[in-house]
Amino acid sequence: MMSFKHQLITVALIILATAIMRFLPFVLFPDNKPTPRFIHYLGVVLPAAVFGLLMVYALKGVNVLDGSHGIPELIGIAVTAGVHLWKKQMLLSISAGTICYMLLVQFVF
Amino acid sequence: MKLKEKSKTLKRAAYVAFPHSVPILAGYGFLGLAYGILMSVSGFSPFFTFMMSLIVFGGSTQIVAVELLTAAFAPLHSFIITFVLCARHIFYGISMLEKYKGLGLKKLYMIYGMVDETFSINYSANPPDNVDRGWFMFFITAFNHIYWIIGSTVGALFGTMINFNTEGIDFVMTSMFTVIFIEQWRKDKSHFSALTGLAVCGICLTVFGKDNFIIPSMVAILIILTVAKPYLEKKMEVTYDEL
Repeated sequence: MMSFKHQLITVALIILATAIMRFLPFVLFPDNKPTPRFIHYLGVVLPAAVFGLLMVYALKGVNVLDGSHGIPELIGIAVTAGVHLWKKQMLLSISAGTICYMLLVQFVF
Repeated sequence: MKLKEKSKTLKRAAYVAFPHSVPILAGYGFLGLAYGILMSVSGFSPFFTFMMSLIVFGGSTQIVAVELLTAAFAPLHSFIITFVLCARHIFYGISMLEKYKGLGLKKLYMIYGMVDETFSINYSANPPDNVDRGWFMFFITAFNHIYWIIGSTVGALFGTMINFNTEGIDFVMTSMFTVIFIEQWRKDKSHFSALTGLAVCGICLTVFGKDNFIIPSMVAILIILTVAKPYLEKKMEVTYDEL
């Protein structure tokens, strides 16, 4: 384990790297200057792709070749989507999907 | 009188924001707990854990930081690892440029605290017209931050005493991203971008593995959306008139 001083330096660098990534777009394209057309275009079309990325990111630990083959995840997502398309109540859909998934991994798989 | 107006605006924004943050309460409650336990097992004090969650505030970053902090001192390596891990925030920032415009000082905190879940809710939620959108997004940011701090600190303090079977509760995040994906899908006039995101990330995950797929995915998404610009601009009805 490194010394406390070294830990502080490491944490400071982690904070710096995080802050740079979060602030960069807002520093490059400030409020008082017109946003370049291409960036504005990206701002409109990117979110849909980003939400796709986040879905894959949330499922990155799933191994379809081993263990439960991602079946509980697939069912959990199907239940979430199904309840959401049916009732359109965000909290209800999320609760139903999560509880269903918990029951599956704890009792079935 | 003006002060009274302001406090009314704030209260209403907080009141409307809270239900949107409830899935995060469950998700961060559990993930924070798990992180807090990991920190105590790795030899860190609850106060250190509390400070990490308060100041760093980023789930995946903090979990990787446990590894970085318990290994040999490697400042450049730590910096680069975090930098790569947070690269996706560039996309969040670009997507939020318009929505965070003109929000004054609170915007600094909102950018600082824009984690995956906060970005997802702030981008997709539609608070009613009588609610101040800026403060609504501020409260989403702050609530999520508070859940994360409480979850991880409680985990660091009492984590080993909990014996309720919580296996699978972290699926609440996947579930929330599913709902947000569907909501975005219904709003979009073209599904090209959503399908690109899913397909590209799925392929990159298979090719590069779960620890290295984000950057190649981002590059591929950028290239595809750039090439498709003439087509997508029309399909998505991108307008530039306010610029």
